[in-house]
Amino acid sequence: MVMEVLTLSRWQFAVTCMFHFLFVPLTLGLSILTAYFETRWVQTKDVTWLRMARFWGKLFLINFALGVVTGITMEFQFGMNWAEFSRYVGDVFGAPLAIEATVAFFLESVFIGVWIFGWDKVSKKVHALSIWIVAVATNLSALWILLANGWMQHPVGYRLAADALGRVRAEMVDFQALITNMNGWYKFAHTVSSGYVLAAFFVMGISAWHLLRKNEINFFKRSFRTAAIFGLAAAILVVVTGDVSAIDVAKHQPAKLAAMESVWETHRGVDFFLLLVPDADAEKNSIEAIGLPKMVSILAFHKPDAEVKGLRDFPRDLRPPVAPTFWSFRIMVGLGFYMLLMAAIGVRLSKKPNFEDYVFFLKVMFFSIPVPYLAGQLGWVVAEVGRQPWVVYGVLKTADAVSQSIGSAQVAASLLGFTLFYGGLGVLDVYLLAKFARKGPDEVIGGFALTKEVEA
Amino acid sequence: MELQVVWFILWGFLWAVYFMLDGFVIGMGMISGFLAKTDTERKILIQTVGPVWDGNEVWLITAGGATFAAFPGTYALMFSYLYTALLVLLFALIIRGVSFEFREKIDNVTWRTFWSRAIVVTGLLLALLFGVAFGNIFRGLPMNADGYQGSFFSLLNPYGLLVGALFVLLFAVHGALYVSVKTEGELSDRAGALAVKLWLPALITTAAFLVYSKTGTNLLANYFAMPVLLVIPVAAVGSLLAVRFFLARKAVHRAFAFSCASVFLVTFTGVTGLFPNLIPSSIDPAWSLTIYNTSSSNYTLKVMTVVALIFIPIVVAYKIWVYRIFRARVTESDVLKQSHSY
Repeated sequence: MVMEVLTLSRWQFAVTCMFHFLFVPLTLGLSILTAYFETRWVQTKDVTWLRMARFWGKLFLINFALGVVTGITMEFQFGMNWAEFSRYVGDVFGAPLAIEATVAFFLESVFIGVWIFGWDKVSKKVHALSIWIVAVATNLSALWILLANGWMQHPVGYRLAADALGRVRAEMVDFQALITNMNGWYKFAHTVSSGYVLAAFFVMGISAWHLLRKNEINFFKRSFRTAAIFGLAAAILVVVTGDVSAIDVAKHQPAKLAAMESVWETHRGVDFFLLLVPDADAEKNSIEAIGLPKMVSILAFHKPDAEVKGLRDFPRDLRPPVAPTFWSFRIMVGLGFYMLLMAAIGVRLSKKPNFEDYVFFLKVMFFSIPVPYLAGQLGWVVAEVGRQPWVVYGVLKTADAVSQSIGSAQVAASLLGFTLFYGGLGVLDVYLLAKFARKGPDEVIGGFALTKEVEA
Repeated sequence: MELQVVWFILWGFLWAVYFMLDGFVIGMGMISGFLAKTDTERKILIQTVGPVWDGNEVWLITAGGATFAAFPGTYALMFSYLYTALLVLLFALIIRGVSFEFREKIDNVTWRTFWSRAIVVTGLLLALLFGVAFGNIFRGLPMNADGYQGSFFSLLNPYGLLVGALFVLLFAVHGALYVSVKTEGELSDRAGALAVKLWLPALITTAAFLVYSKTGTNLLANYFAMPVLLVIPVAAVGSLLAVRFFLARKAVHRAFAFSCASVFLVTFTGVTGLFPNLIPSSIDPAWSLTIYNTSSSNYTLKVMTVVALIFIPIVVAYKIWVYRIFRARVTESDVLKQSHSY
């Protein structure tokens, strides 16, 4: 019974969290691009920049709406499905969530209203400032969430103590340690920069679609070029922050590292195999081919002879599921380098006067829109599945975190409800995004856009 | 003052502000089906809350976050005990939010009718569910050593339903007054007239709530122990009377201001009655969730107090600024210029 509630609750958290994270990264990156476009308009009075801010801003809003509404689910679920987690670590974990709401959500939600409805109510500068505030607040909100997640990965600044009813729980003793937890900061840097890459690929992909049809060539070339530069810088940052994150994992979560690289035997100078298939039952890799000598040790510790602790040296019940962790990590890294390469090519080609004639490249860029989405989802699989069996690393196991008062029928129903409901919302949102992306930018008269579908 | 007490007051404050602010959005939603005669009028109604609903909903997230950070023991049990009710609430909140955004995106009668109805239904549902949830919290949940002894359906007891009806009516009056303040001409008048019609049922339900709280729950015990606190329910009823007084004089702005006060004070009437409980046990007080037996450590409460004292005034300041920017009434020409709306 409890087992079933646990399994169902884990699925529900995964479904709702991953769905939420389809919208978050685009919000993180596209808010910045939109703010940049509008700022350029304020600076140059060039109306193309304004049209860019409005067109990409519209897509930003369609995406933003679902990010907002699916975020509430995340907060509620900690109490609904993970009551033991909430009780056990709420003293530490609740603080960053409450601070996120107070410091970031209010800013974001209030100023998005100013931006949407304030075109003729505030000055141009205040209007541009409001989207910058949204962008900063969104990124700030990511920081607090990732500090909370960082604490689950690498708990610091707490002690175990008895609560008022004599039950053990984690209590915060050092807030500064919590907010300077490097695991959280690395995750923050890695996550937001991957969000910027995603937004860049979103803008490049849609621009490519229009360029292939020779629509608004100037508009979409400029969009593409700006996004390519932004995306390349972000993709470099993703690689750098991914590297420091991996080192942090190696230091604090050796079992996760071993699963990410599928290392079974503890040894020094671990090779990296380009072709590798793990076999968790046999506790070995069934295929290991094309080795790069000592590369795992170098990547994880920046030392060729560093020792990597193998999975066999962890008790079976303390090992994360190897296959999902390994494959997610592998594919994510591969996609990360693909995006770095494509962004670099994009920066180079988008300079050319006849850029719209690079049909093959533009097609590839259009079809690459889902790539960063997939990479981001896989990244969270690595972070969260790789942390198992712990929900708070070394402090609380996932199995001990689930609510005691809910039944499996209840959770089965809610999981089904969320899946269908979110599925429907996702379809509608993609439909609307596609509709407005295809429609292209509006004409602008007197500083403001007139849509083509003004009704009588 | 003990930090637990500070956070109890803040907890009540956050919920009361949330109901005061989202109350008129929810209320607008509920009555929009009766009030709006044309598609343009529906658009106007949505536009009145467009710039502010999202920011108003964040008070809910903050109230939830504050419960988590300050009273994790209560947060854990409150949310898991009320699982099914909260699930429905969540779905309603999500649909409500996307309705505003999605409705305007496609110009098709079926599409728009669907989302218009969704706004009405989710409005009713949200008011009712919040009322039922808080009614049951005021009354106490059946909790003992073995945890929660109730179910989703046991929440639908007469007292819970009465508070549900109270929230529906208060929010409906509140929403009608907001629409009246934020629109012009005939639409504004119709909204004012609807507020007048809904006012008496709201007043009667408020009275019934107070009487039933006295006879059927322990909620008013604090007031008899410390009569000075009676100023809160008295002011709540007084605000509600003032709403009618100003409505009769066509002073809708003042009527709306007192409606804000009445929603805030009715919530606080219940919250004050709870002290020092957050959720009383209706079986045995020994199993009540109190601010003492479910609170965070003193250290965490201190950190959170500093954060709240710095940031909540800032939030209030810029929210007031934004309400001032959008203080003008929404007109037909506003919503026909689509560039200024969703």
